[in-house]
Amino acid sequence: MSKMHIKMTVNGQKKELLSEPRQLLIHVLREELGLTGPHIGCETSHCGACTVEMNGKSVKSCTVFAAQADGAEVTTIEGLGNPDGLHVLQEMFKEHHGLQCGFCTPGMITRAHRLLQENPNPTEEEVRFGMAGNLCRCTGYQNIVKAILAAAAEMNSAKEAAQ
Amino acid sequence: MRPFDYRRAETLDSVAEGGRIIAGGTNLLDLMKLQVEIPDTLVDINRIAGLDRIEPQGEGLRIGALVTNTEVAADPRIRAGYPVLARAILAGASGQIRNKATTGGNLLQRTRCPYFYDPAMACNKREPGAGCSAQGGVGRMLAVFGTSDACLAAHPSDMAVGLRVLEARVEVRGTDGATRQLALEDFYCLPGDRPDIESVVQPGEIITAVILPAPVAGSVQSYRKVRDRASYAFALVSVAAVATMRDGRIDHLSLAYGSVAPRPWGDDAVTDALVGQAPDAGLFRRAADRLTAGHTPHPDAAYKLPLLRRSLQSVLHEVTGLSEAAIGTDKAEAFA
Ligand SMILES: Cc1cc2nc3c(=O)[nH]c(=O)nc-3n(C[C@H](O)[C@H](O)[C@H](O)COP(=O)(O)OP(=O)(O)OC[C@H]3O[C@@H](n4cnc5c(N)ncnc54)[C@H](O)[C@@H]3O)c2cc1C
Ligand code: FES
Ligand code: FES
Repeated sequence: MSKMHIKMTVNGQKKELLSEPRQLLIHVLREELGLTGPHIGCETSHCGACTVEMNGKSVKSCTVFAAQADGAEVTTIEGLGNPDGLHVLQEMFKEHHGLQCGFCTPGMITRAHRLLQENPNPTEEEVRFGMAGNLCRCTGYQNIVKAILAAAAEMNSAKEAAQ
Repeated sequence: MRPFDYRRAETLDSVAEGGRIIAGGTNLLDLMKLQVEIPDTLVDINRIAGLDRIEPQGEGLRIGALVTNTEVAADPRIRAGYPVLARAILAGASGQIRNKATTGGNLLQRTRCPYFYDPAMACNKREPGAGCSAQGGVGRMLAVFGTSDACLAAHPSDMAVGLRVLEARVEVRGTDGATRQLALEDFYCLPGDRPDIESVVQPGEIITAVILPAPVAGSVQSYRKVRDRASYAFALVSVAAVATMRDGRIDHLSLAYGSVAPRPWGDDAVTDALVGQAPDAGLFRRAADRLTAGHTPHPDAAYKLPLLRRSLQSVLHEVTGLSEAAIGTDKAEAFA
């Protein structure tokens, strides 16, 4: 079975690689590109730890063949912030204790990031509905929801200040 | 995962060259990881032009096979004229999955029967003639209608129940390029002695679209999904309804039931007996009794019959205005 030539833009950088058809996007991101932010929790599309953005939509990268991502723009948690410049969502997860072990956190934040693009001013119920595909074994979700609502408020006031 | 060849189809004609279709991949991939599905060749249809649009067709809408579940549920025309479809879709899976799941793939998603998922157990769907481990096994998700000795599995789709209640038609393109349109009840095959054949779609054929008829003006539409958790779980049973009233009587009524049969279920006799009647608790109870009369399902799934009866009565109360919507019901009016 021949390898396939795949081009993607990952966190703004162009990448080209050869991939076996059966390689999952999550494996390419973690093993070939060294982006270990997206985690593998279940590998059965349930937990959401592997969530990344593909062409502006949240997807579970354990349920996407790398071949399906050919030509796509992919953003991982590494593309949202870094230790020297945390994203507002990362700040708020820290502030509001939105994480304990941290395993689900990259997926949570990547998903929340897209959620706030689609709905910059969500209600608590909308946050819970939008985050339903991300499971957390530690926090009980309460503080994750708080962190996302706080980040939304922060991002909105920053936007207003800029206007 | 077993190795396979991956081919991108650029045109509808090239699908006919064969290979297993992959659209969103959200069902197929998981089954390939478990080696429940072991295709030699995948044919990726995502680059075929023209399948990713919702367009007017006659007085209704044409939903291309590649339109995602997210896009269908968000489309203003769907939300206004066919809210039961948007509700059914949003009651299923999660945002990430709906973003990838397509209209065609959702229709052909496979059952969630645990024995189908476990290659160590006999399953006639996976291997015709092997036997059905659900017979005498455990299975609270099994079907209660339309089963056969060879297979007790239920179809899990929420979207398909919304499409059936709206009397949608599925457009299938044959290997000769000709298309045909089928109602949902004709699109899916009941298991009989060949549970591996789930629909009329033959190898090399492709679903190209789903066609919605004109919206039922002034209708009240409802999708009630009963599940183990409030979100992110498959239905135990679901009931979809579209109703209009005139002079205190039921004027138009369509009903469909999910997760109770190998395909989205309907029962014309039950629906017909309600049309023209004034809404009444006794009438609804008799309709519910009629729906489940004479069925003796697998003991683990027998609870679905009373659950379905109660769900149907509750939904009928709501769509006819006999009582307020119950908590947990996705009720909406069609403004078309
Ligand atoms: C965690 C999880 C939870 C879920 N919860 C729900 C739920 O609550 N309710 C619900 O309804 N669904 C649920 N789903 C299922 C989900 O809706 C399906 O996986 C999805 O709709 C399949 O669409 P797809 O495009 O990804 O299909 P694919 O995986 O690409 O394909 C599925 C099948 O359809 C065939 N196919 C695809 N497109 C075509 C076409 N155009 N013509 C012919 N054949 C085609 C493929 O060959 C394959 O056999 C859930 C899935 C997951 C992983
Ligand atoms: S690792 Fe992808 S959803 Fe769990
Ligand atoms: S913080 Fe541990 S799984 Fe979410």
